[in-house]
Amino acid sequence: MEFFTISMLNGISYGLLLFMLSSGLTLIFSMMGVLNFAHASFYMIGAYFAYQISLYVGFWPALAIAPLLVGAIGMGVERYGLRTVHKYGHVAELLFTFGLAYLIEETVHLIWGRSTVPYKVPPSLDIAAFTLFSTEYPLYRVFMMGVSVSMLIAVYLTLTRSRIGLVIQAALTHPQTVEALGHNVPRVFMLVFGGGSALAGLAGVIGGNAFITQPGMAAAVGPIVFVIVVVGGMGSLAGAFLASLLIGVLQTFSVALDYSFIDLAARLGITIGQDAPLGALWKLTISQTAAVLPYLLMVLMLIFRPKGIMGTREG
Amino acid sequence: MSTAIELRGVTKNFGNTAIIRGVDLAIPRGERHAIIGPNGAGKSTLFNLISGRYPVSGGDILLNGESITSLKPFEINRRGLSRSFQVTNIFQRMSVFENIRCAVLWSLGYKYSFWHRLGGLKDANLRAEEVMESIGLKRRRDTFAGVLTYAEQRALEIGVTIAGGAEVILLDEPTAGMSRSETADAVELIRKVSQGKTLIMVEHDMGVVFNLADRISVLVYGEVIASDVPQNIRGNKAVQEAYLGTEAGAH
Amino acid sequence: MATLEYRPLNLGRWVVWGASALVMIVLPLIFTSGFTLTLMSQIGIGIIFALSYNMLLGQGGMLSFGHAVYSGLGAYFSAHALNLVAKGGFSIPVALLPLVGGAAGLVFGILFGYVTTKKSGTTFAMISLGIGEMVFACSLMFPDFFGGEAGITVNRVIGESFLGITYGPAIQVYYLIMAWALVCMAAMFAWTQTPLGRMANAVRDNPERTEFVGYDTHMVRFLTLVLSAFFAGIAGGLNCINYEIVTAENVGALRSAGVLLATFIGGAGFFFGPIIGAIVFFVMVIAVGAMTKAWAFYLGLLFLVMVLYAPGGFASLILMHVPVIKARLMRRLWLPYAAALATGLVLLTGLVSVVEITYHYSLAGSTDPGMTLFGFALDVTDTIPWAVAIVLLVGGFVISRLAWSAVGRAWGDIIHVLQQQSA
Repeated sequence: MEFFTISMLNGISYGLLLFMLSSGLTLIFSMMGVLNFAHASFYMIGAYFAYQISLYVGFWPALAIAPLLVGAIGMGVERYGLRTVHKYGHVAELLFTFGLAYLIEETVHLIWGRSTVPYKVPPSLDIAAFTLFSTEYPLYRVFMMGVSVSMLIAVYLTLTRSRIGLVIQAALTHPQTVEALGHNVPRVFMLVFGGGSALAGLAGVIGGNAFITQPGMAAAVGPIVFVIVVVGGMGSLAGAFLASLLIGVLQTFSVALDYSFIDLAARLGITIGQDAPLGALWKLTISQTAAVLPYLLMVLMLIFRPKGIMGTREG
Repeated sequence: MSTAIELRGVTKNFGNTAIIRGVDLAIPRGERHAIIGPNGAGKSTLFNLISGRYPVSGGDILLNGESITSLKPFEINRRGLSRSFQVTNIFQRMSVFENIRCAVLWSLGYKYSFWHRLGGLKDANLRAEEVMESIGLKRRRDTFAGVLTYAEQRALEIGVTIAGGAEVILLDEPTAGMSRSETADAVELIRKVSQGKTLIMVEHDMGVVFNLADRISVLVYGEVIASDVPQNIRGNKAVQEAYLGTEAGAH
Repeated sequence: MATLEYRPLNLGRWVVWGASALVMIVLPLIFTSGFTLTLMSQIGIGIIFALSYNMLLGQGGMLSFGHAVYSGLGAYFSAHALNLVAKGGFSIPVALLPLVGGAAGLVFGILFGYVTTKKSGTTFAMISLGIGEMVFACSLMFPDFFGGEAGITVNRVIGESFLGITYGPAIQVYYLIMAWALVCMAAMFAWTQTPLGRMANAVRDNPERTEFVGYDTHMVRFLTLVLSAFFAGIAGGLNCINYEIVTAENVGALRSAGVLLATFIGGAGFFFGPIIGAIVFFVMVIAVGAMTKAWAFYLGLLFLVMVLYAPGGFASLILMHVPVIKARLMRRLWLPYAAALATGLVLLTGLVSVVEITYHYSLAGSTDPGMTLFGFALDVTDTIPWAVAIVLLVGGFVISRLAWSAVGRAWGDIIHVLQQQSA
């Protein structure tokens, strides 16, 4: 029971973080039809910027400044990069973001080196929030959930209640009509791309010190975010929310479960001998398959229900 | 089976909007049939239903007596039905010759072969040259389709449609956007290539329609309100009101 | 009526193929260092891999992020086959081992390909990514087959030597690789001239129209993928022979990314594009890699610049000069190109300086601040090297832009002249 609750809490906080990432990606995909490979890279540089800034002025200013910097970079990328390749089609856009992700990772290698940087949780938050059963639950995790939820509420309110949000929603499905009505749609695109990137950067600021900050973090979390966007349904924020929580919980639980499939089957009353066909498959423990599960889910989803759980557009 | 295409109670809805509200049509083999109607009547949708581009919401479509309602476009094409598109839909990056050759390969049985050398396929190359000659694009043989003039592209569009030797040909507004002389040439081309075949044509140009068609069907708001020989259609009151305009009634 | 057609290009084709073969044969006799031999061997394998990838991308219009799956599995199966031969359980000459790899690629192409080719575009790309990640994750899950973290090692010098060929020395492996490269190049080129190859182009350009001329686009894509996986498997088998070890990296995302980069940089729209791409890629990775730790950064930058400004790759850059040469207008470009080259060199020097100094600074700035750059010794903690580098970079950027706008104007004039000539 204790294991279940703690893992559930961890899974949810991880899932919320993933939603911060996948919501930005979904918005960008809905609006521009481009699946941004470099989205997780913005997550990474958010963490690195926060680390660098916090070395000088501490965590709290970094929390405010880093996402803004990342957002500015995002806007620059859209203005000078994506806009140029847009005329070459979707494949070129995909390749551009792919190359950008690669280049950002190499730039991080260049500036901060290849090893982990000591981006730490600020001491004021590095304490126990409450004690659940016999374990102390860290305040930082609660903080993470708090920031995620409040940021997402802010984005939701902006999209649904503000004028710019209305324009964005319209431009999501009918950019040409909105442009014909006199709105500066290219600027809207730039703002959305920048906003999504800033969101990813913010996720990096709060996630980078909870998990580790190293150059491989983009490549580690990037594919997972794609899985979420695909599973939840490309173009659906609600779907991305559900899928983020699902995958967050799935990954947290599966990594901790050491039962092999043989054990599982035994609990269900089925015995599988050690020499059964595909024996190697059954001997695997759930934790060993943890890495594969999200991709398996994505591939199955793409094959059988490409729209995802709640998707509105496919591919 | 003397009926080439038969539609029985065909309906099509997009969401809650009914576009085709129950169409019954029987087109005998060898007939040149035109479908006319005001904009938004559902003519292109009807074509898309027959050729398998969209699934029907209800009803049945038969080709030579066989139901093709739920078949995929390539399956329908292999049974002898071919269509052209209103917006030119050719292989932009290939030459005129290559475009047409692609259209003949399956009908000559080459299928997915990766052991035949294209250059040595005498029958395919010969047929492609013949079709190219008949559509009048021989001198543009090696030009990329993307740089042809509009009328040349429309001619190529027809060429790609008929190259496979389909018995039933669907042409979607073949003369759209053409000048008078281009239209006249196109009409002659269509007459030539549809010799002995079944032709179904969607057209807005009444001159073309009355020139070519053996029978005309009038589609209004997803229903066929008249289906008869051209003279009778000309005199049909309902058609005049719905489509040709009340001035024509003054004749 | 048979028509006799004069095709002057045919002779040209034979000359090009013959010259390539000649170059491949003669090269190691001129450049005899072990370094060049390794480089050329890798290029040879890379050519096969990139060409196989282009069957998907350039010919079929399918963007895959997981092509290394087929070459990697081909490498693994070849490794196991070779080990089996060593134990005496099965006999195959080492020279034909790549066929085992090809067979493995073929089988997995059929297995994974059928469902993945049901979709196209972004969906296909994501599925390929997912499968690539899955197979890579599996490599740690099944240590018996994948050899865990250490991988599978083989010894390519087994069995009886044939005419004294044991494949022990690197030069013999080089000739083996080149022989396979020529055979595969010819085969893949021939494929582009078959019905399936042409219809793959049709599916790429207009999948809807392809259906309406009687072809099942799914089937065309599927068969194209299967054949592409076959050749990728051959490349994998050659990898196994060349390195005598196969690890999870062979099926990893980095390798899939590498072949994508190489093919694209070379030019996906032309048959020989990937060949150029493989050469450029390995020269950057190995030759540049030997000079600096920042090679990956330069490669990424090159890729990004090409996506933005030359999406047709080096092949398109070369070929777009053909009509200019034919019209004898090249002389209009010499001066602008010279200007672009000179200013570009300044920019490049600035860029390399900034990158190298930054790299050294972040890596060992506090402990070992001395380094040599372009023959100059400098201290990375000093401000002067930084200042010079930044001035070169920014200045170079500014003057480059001026030079490139001159190039643009020259091209504008040339296009104008060409259009008038063809009118």
